[in-house]
Amino acid sequence: MTATALAAAATLVPFGAAVVGMLFGRRLPFGAAPIAVLGTAAATVLAILVAVDVAGASSSVWESSTQLTPTGMVPITLGVRVDSLSATVAVMVTVVALAVQVYSVGYLRGDQRYSSYAALISLFTAAMLTVVLANDLLVIYVGWEIMGICSYFLIGHYWEDPPTSAAAVKSFLMTRFGDVGFLFGIFVLGMAAGSFRLTDVLTAVPAMDPGTVLAGTLLLTAGIVGKSAQFPLHSWLPDAMAGPSPVSALIHAATMVASGAYVVARLYPAFEAAPATLNVIAVLAVISMLGSALAALATDDLKRVLAYSTISQLSVMFAALAVGGRTQAVGHLLSHAAFKALLFLCAGAVIHAVGSNLMADMGGLARAMPVTFVTMTVGFAALAGVPPTSGFFTKDAVVAAAFGSAAATAGLVAAGVLLTSLLTAAYATRAWLRTFFGAQPAGARPADGTAHEAAHEAVHEAPWIMLGPLVVLAVPALLLGFGALRLHELRPELGPAVLSVALAALGALAAYVGWRRDPAHEPATALGRLRPVFASAFGTDDLYERTVAAAVMRLARGVVGVDDQVVGRAVTGTGQGARRLGGVLRLTQNGNPQFYVTGVLAGVLLITVGVALLS
Amino acid sequence: MHVAYPVVLAALLFSVGVYGVLARRNAILVLMSVELMLNAVNLNLVTFDAYLHDALHGGQALTLFVIVIAAAEVGLGLAIVLLVFRNRQTIAVDALRELAEPEPAGVDR
Repeated sequence: MTATALAAAATLVPFGAAVVGMLFGRRLPFGAAPIAVLGTAAATVLAILVAVDVAGASSSVWESSTQLTPTGMVPITLGVRVDSLSATVAVMVTVVALAVQVYSVGYLRGDQRYSSYAALISLFTAAMLTVVLANDLLVIYVGWEIMGICSYFLIGHYWEDPPTSAAAVKSFLMTRFGDVGFLFGIFVLGMAAGSFRLTDVLTAVPAMDPGTVLAGTLLLTAGIVGKSAQFPLHSWLPDAMAGPSPVSALIHAATMVASGAYVVARLYPAFEAAPATLNVIAVLAVISMLGSALAALATDDLKRVLAYSTISQLSVMFAALAVGGRTQAVGHLLSHAAFKALLFLCAGAVIHAVGSNLMADMGGLARAMPVTFVTMTVGFAALAGVPPTSGFFTKDAVVAAAFGSAAATAGLVAAGVLLTSLLTAAYATRAWLRTFFGAQPAGARPADGTAHEAAHEAVHEAPWIMLGPLVVLAVPALLLGFGALRLHELRPELGPAVLSVALAALGALAAYVGWRRDPAHEPATALGRLRPVFASAFGTDDLYERTVAAAVMRLARGVVGVDDQVVGRAVTGTGQGARRLGGVLRLTQNGNPQFYVTGVLAGVLLITVGVALLS
Repeated sequence: MHVAYPVVLAALLFSVGVYGVLARRNAILVLMSVELMLNAVNLNLVTFDAYLHDALHGGQALTLFVIVIAAAEVGLGLAIVLLVFRNRQTIAVDALRELAEPEPAGVDR
């Protein structure tokens, strides 16, 4: 009981903070920041209390719910379901959200839209906790959609810039496209089970028709692919980097995009009952992880590198889920949340200092920004899977799961993850070297346009309110793996561990050699003619532009034509007809009273004659 | 006396009045024509009062009312005509077209 009450409170507190911040944020004497930070902090404390409750208890699932107004159809319940999975992920969400809220106070200092920004982050946290903790598929869907709209608003934070608002619309449309499938998947599973409650659905799955389970999970997969930016709905995530860096850290790295993997883990019995769906997920994941890793290797924008690596790491989670490694996937989700949020916040600090997203404008920052350098090094090491960081343990567990699995796609997944760890190490090393080492490029300080010598000193460490979250997040990014040793699924196995570390070392070495030859030069030029192909993510954007977008535009023009030619003509035609008819009647209104009286007399005569003749 | 004589006379008077209202251009003549019509009605009222032997003499009473109203109306009418003449130097009824709605601008007919 207490755990569920605490969990419900953890969801409601940030929601309340969002409402208060949205309504009164600008008028409060102490600004919007305390409410947002304190609301998220309270949620963090509550989530940790829930996790402590769960860890120290014997039973494994708590659930409490109230039924909403009966609709006469399958009932909808409002409630929470707390188990070790949801409690752990809730702690992860709130900790990252708290770090982001604190960081944003410094990052967006003086931003005129800070109060609505902070409120949206709080609302987003509440929505994510709803997805994590709710016990009803439709309520999960509500949280899922609120996250989508928050993501839209936050990507478009700098909406004065046309590409930014275009990126916001693009991400909204692409995730929405998948969400349609998600909603129908919920309908299929819920109608087959006769209830939308998670427990009922999962207990009803074994008795369901295999075709129904397959259809339901495939439809859910559409939504998950959209939200988690997997191939073929991946291209919104790199564009979403137009938003502020803390937003990228919270939404497009640690929580919202990971919610796809979380939902699969939450509904895992249903997915296990449909092996074909898991095979589809495995193939999509392998395509996405390799493609996006190659794209990350070629692109020059630091945040886009991180965005592509997010796609790639999420694919690793999906690959683990596809070969039966639920614990390994969740472990990787947690460690990825820690190190990717860390990386994005560090990138934000770097971009804040340099005034540019491009790595060509960075370089040699290690001396100027020591704290950022150390924490970001931890993040890159965890991303590349360097022992003993958290990324090493969890990625290794995924590889081991693929080796030990009997699934049809196990070989494909193992090869894909190993190759990805090579590529990941290569692009992480490249980004690390390009950002922090080598020479500072001349004239790359457009921030204040001062002389080069003066601007040289303008690159300075971020304020402490931004560095604090970095340090706090660096701890789990570095040490979370040792906590994972408690679970035997996550313990490293010698064979896969050696193999993946060797491959990662090979990748890092290749990047280092490429960079060493000419530190001022871009190592990715070694890719030669393939580089533009990789940098454009294999032209998928272009392909969508030419096919889907062009077709939709043609359809839209057709609709506009029908609206103009048929609907519009009908409306204006009616108006003109009435006007012309009125013009005829207007002839009688000539202002001569004698004419009017003649008309009256004629009418009277007509009536009189009519009455006389007819009666 | 047969009732037809006064009734026909009243009808003739009324027709003359209608013709005057419809056809004359001079506003004073139009007013006079209105008086003719009112008096035709008065004649009818009196005729039928006598013809039907009305105990309360409603026709005669109504006639008195009509005469009073006609006097007032002519007073008002003449005042208006006088003012119109002062303002416009004409009392031709068909020249006074201020009541016509002006053509709305920018409408294709």
